[in-house]
Amino acid sequence: MITFTLNGRPLSVTEGTTVLEAARGAGVEIPTLCHIEGLEGYGGCRVCMVEVEGSRTGCAPACTLETAPGMVVRTDSEAAFELRKAVLEMILAEHPADCFNCKHSGACRLHELAARHGLTKVPSGIERSGFPVDDSNPFFTLDPNRCILCGKCVRTCAEIQCSDVYTFADRGCRSSVAPGFGDLLADSRCVSCGSCVAACPTGALRPKDGSWSGAMYVDRRVRTVCSYCGVGCQLDLLVSGGRVVGALPADGPSNRGRLCVKGRFAHAFIGHPDRLTVPLVRRDGALVEATWDEALERVVRSLRSTVDRLGPDGAAGLASARCTNEENYLFQKLFRAGIGTNNVDHCARLCHASTVTGLAATLGSGAMTNSIDEIDLQDAILVTGSNTTETHPVIGTRIKRAARRGARLIVADPRRIDLAEEAEVYLPLKPGTNVALYNALACAILEEGLADREFIAERTEGYEEWAAAVRSCTPEKAAEVCGVDARDIRRAARIYAGARAAGIYYAMGVTQHTSGTAGVMSLSNLALACGKLGKPGCGINPLRGQNNVQGACDVGALPDVLPGYRKVSDPAARAAAAAVWGREPPSEPGLTVTEIVSAAESGRIGFLYIMGENPLVSDPDIGHVREALSAVDFLVVQDIFLTETAALADVVLPAACFAEKDGTFTNTERRVQRVRRAVPPPGRAREDLDILADLLERLGLPPADRSGAGVFAELARTAPQYAGMSWDRLEGGGLQWPCPSPDHPGTPILHAGRFTRGLGRFVPLAWSPPAEETDEEYPLVLTTGRNLYQYHTRTMTGREEGLSILAGEAYAELHPQAADRAGVRHGETLRLSTRRGSIELAARVSEGIRPDTVFVPFHYAQAAANILTGTALDPLAKIPELKVCSVRAERGNGRAPS
Amino acid sequence: MTTRQIVRSLEPTQDNLLAILHRVQNDSTRNFLDEPEIREVADYLELPYSFVYGVATFYSMFSVQPRGRHVVRVCASPPCHLMGGRTIRDELREYLGVEFGDTTEDGLFTLEMSSCLGTCGIAPAMMIDGEIYGNLDGVRLREIIDRKRREEP
Ligand code: SF4
Ligand code: SF4
Ligand code: SF4
Ligand code: FES
Ligand code: FES
Repeated sequence: MITFTLNGRPLSVTEGTTVLEAARGAGVEIPTLCHIEGLEGYGGCRVCMVEVEGSRTGCAPACTLETAPGMVVRTDSEAAFELRKAVLEMILAEHPADCFNCKHSGACRLHELAARHGLTKVPSGIERSGFPVDDSNPFFTLDPNRCILCGKCVRTCAEIQCSDVYTFADRGCRSSVAPGFGDLLADSRCVSCGSCVAACPTGALRPKDGSWSGAMYVDRRVRTVCSYCGVGCQLDLLVSGGRVVGALPADGPSNRGRLCVKGRFAHAFIGHPDRLTVPLVRRDGALVEATWDEALERVVRSLRSTVDRLGPDGAAGLASARCTNEENYLFQKLFRAGIGTNNVDHCARLCHASTVTGLAATLGSGAMTNSIDEIDLQDAILVTGSNTTETHPVIGTRIKRAARRGARLIVADPRRIDLAEEAEVYLPLKPGTNVALYNALACAILEEGLADREFIAERTEGYEEWAAAVRSCTPEKAAEVCGVDARDIRRAARIYAGARAAGIYYAMGVTQHTSGTAGVMSLSNLALACGKLGKPGCGINPLRGQNNVQGACDVGALPDVLPGYRKVSDPAARAAAAAVWGREPPSEPGLTVTEIVSAAESGRIGFLYIMGENPLVSDPDIGHVREALSAVDFLVVQDIFLTETAALADVVLPAACFAEKDGTFTNTERRVQRVRRAVPPPGRAREDLDILADLLERLGLPPADRSGAGVFAELARTAPQYAGMSWDRLEGGGLQWPCPSPDHPGTPILHAGRFTRGLGRFVPLAWSPPAEETDEEYPLVLTTGRNLYQYHTRTMTGREEGLSILAGEAYAELHPQAADRAGVRHGETLRLSTRRGSIELAARVSEGIRPDTVFVPFHYAQAAANILTGTALDPLAKIPELKVCSVRAERGNGRAPS
Repeated sequence: MTTRQIVRSLEPTQDNLLAILHRVQNDSTRNFLDEPEIREVADYLELPYSFVYGVATFYSMFSVQPRGRHVVRVCASPPCHLMGGRTIRDELREYLGVEFGDTTEDGLFTLEMSSCLGTCGIAPAMMIDGEIYGNLDGVRLREIIDRKRREEP
């Protein structure tokens, strides 16, 4: 500890603390322009000058000055004030003369500081001018004429976002920040995350969304959670005149001040004119406007007649991974208690059912074991089957940053994804061969004696049997199957096993296979063998896709489990639910998404209720889905837009989007966070919670307390993991489940000391080829996925012009060799055919993919990848194999759809 | 040698950045670094492309714009100035027919200003490519330039 004097007061801080950190810690403000919280002091702007008694110069920049014993520092003296004023004057001297009339000044930090120091005009000097303005990015403008060269954008992009877009180009008075060679931002590596824009203290980097020029008119900032992916970044929605005009990153536990392009900029959908604003009912074949009463009555009436005809199991519901916990809870309650069927599921089936099944069997819980923040502790990271920088951008960025700080990164993915560039070992395996690779990693670890014997002995079971099986899966054999180098497999094994803290991150590239559950379990075996579970910075971490897919599962939007993953077959669990609901749910598990589709097709489902999902684009084998939806007697769709699916409905209920509701989302690290209403829903649209509560009431089961907090309290009584939570406790950073009692702090790390199921279980698994193997007719492997700029079926992101500019067109990525064989060049139309159908789309030729593989993002309805995909299911988790099927590529006839 | 070979002629450590940039630029007939070259260096040293560009534009010895085959740097620091450097600069401008920073039409010379060349003893001085010429006056200066012209094939 060091004691020094700040403004006459003694202050004790730990060694190495800068004067700036010490002052901020003590609540003393020192203005800064170049300092970035969390990074080392930069000393570039000199605005943080403080008076230091007895020092050689009498003053020093606080951001780089380390505290020393006995040091006497003043920030509030006349001299300190004059120093700062002088520095500001010099900065301003280079600024455009109109600075004080600048329409952006309300959000400008430089302007604010100048005003606070009594400066009211730009001193005449050498005005920076004549720099071309870069307007190429759809979301923000770079205007070097207003730049003070503080370097925050350069360092933010390089050190926090890790995209290295900017540099200081040129020297002296010609210096500017730029991507180099006069390149435009649009042609650079910029991913439009907006971090630099948020950091910039002037109008040099400013958003185009109006939040900047209107910043002084922003009425309210509402802290909430991003609705675009499972990372669960916290952000502030900026509200002006009853509209959301922009968003800024907040210091949430998962994002720590970062956002990606979607969370930061893609908010146009909120107040979009295409939003559904009135209930619609089908009359004489067309959807026409109706009152809520009419619409809901019709829903209830058809529900009753279906139940009369087919029994309760003739009804089915698809809940939504985008809606809140409260809403999903009520939705499954509506089916289980209100109707009396367990036929409720949601798209998690399509993403992570194999995770839930696999990890439940080996560890006892199907969720991410550790916290996102622990990436900062890791010294090795294995990323497999996840294009993290595009699908979970903020986690991707944090992994990149870890790799740059020295964590050893292993990437196993068929595509040379962005993270592969940062990896020490990159394994470009053939799609569908995950299990072979993971087994080989395990084999290498055993061969080289790198397993954690003690951990295995104390905390696991089934080791001997598994070890015997895995020993024959040598890296050399796997090398053939996977198409990678055996030496690389061994290197990866050594890195993972040898690390002190190593985490595994995976996503749909592992789960969406007929061998999905086997893939998950073999990763789990790997972690168990190395003792990398239940400790900080370790763990096996499935990255959940949608913003609340974790929560929707937690609260029971699954056919076989009640809230809190209690089995419907368990009488005690049913009795517990009945105690809260007043009615007991049925004991037979209901149908899964894919089974619901088949049942509907064969006429066994008469009533289907879809909340906030668009299966007509997202589900495998769309042709099949369309038939199924047309076959049900009555289809209810509750959504914010008239989606492809909603257009087929008999009743369409207009719902609220995340910015219009209060509730909670549970992110991929099991963190339950508060979602807050910033603006009201448009027109007569209503919060989903409200609609569901109404329906329950009409079915004679009114919730005791239909407020969000009330429904959450009810949910907490049924889901043991949530038992200790309440909305009050979720203010701030939220809580990670399990949180069994009101005084429990939540659980950042699962399986510490004991696995949820007791002992960790090894499961021997043999690799088996994917359901569809390539042959002469379909010689390539098709794999599907997502990209950074679009979300799901684009119902929200498709309405953001900027995103459409960046990635508005469907495309297929393929290797130059494959393109040659198909006879297409980059940008030309490619025709892809599988045994189920064909689509045409633009070819994107890239060296970054295996020559035997084609990648198509599934977002685009005009060339829907899921026309091609198969419905082969994983036998255990019933997840469809979306990640591999066999495909033929040839030159298209038509133009690529635009 | 290809750019690739030149880049790879030194170890891929960051402290070799300047040396590699020099080698690449020296090999360029137009005395500059182009975008593919900067990318090549960046990839080899595992540095961001933007960073290498920043370095290349910070140091005046590098250029990212094509320059003449010969770069003429005239000293503009005080000792040379006192010894008539100013006249030398004017004469050079006139004789080459270009402003500072520009390249002659035949692509032979780029005229640049420099800080002290470290040869104040023979002020006023200039440097062409790597070579120093001192005690300049109008006549000597023309001779030197003419000689350079004659050396051209
Ligand atoms: S938007 Fe993000 S990626 Fe683009 S330059 Fe700014 S910080 Fe870098
Ligand atoms: S653009 Fe903004 S953040 Fe970047 S150097 Fe200029 S003033 Fe600083
Ligand atoms: S990373 Fe995910 S949660 Fe975070 S801003 Fe992007 S889409 Fe939203
Ligand atoms: S904040 Fe200290 S010098 Fe800029
Ligand atoms: S001042 Fe010209 S060489 Fe030193």
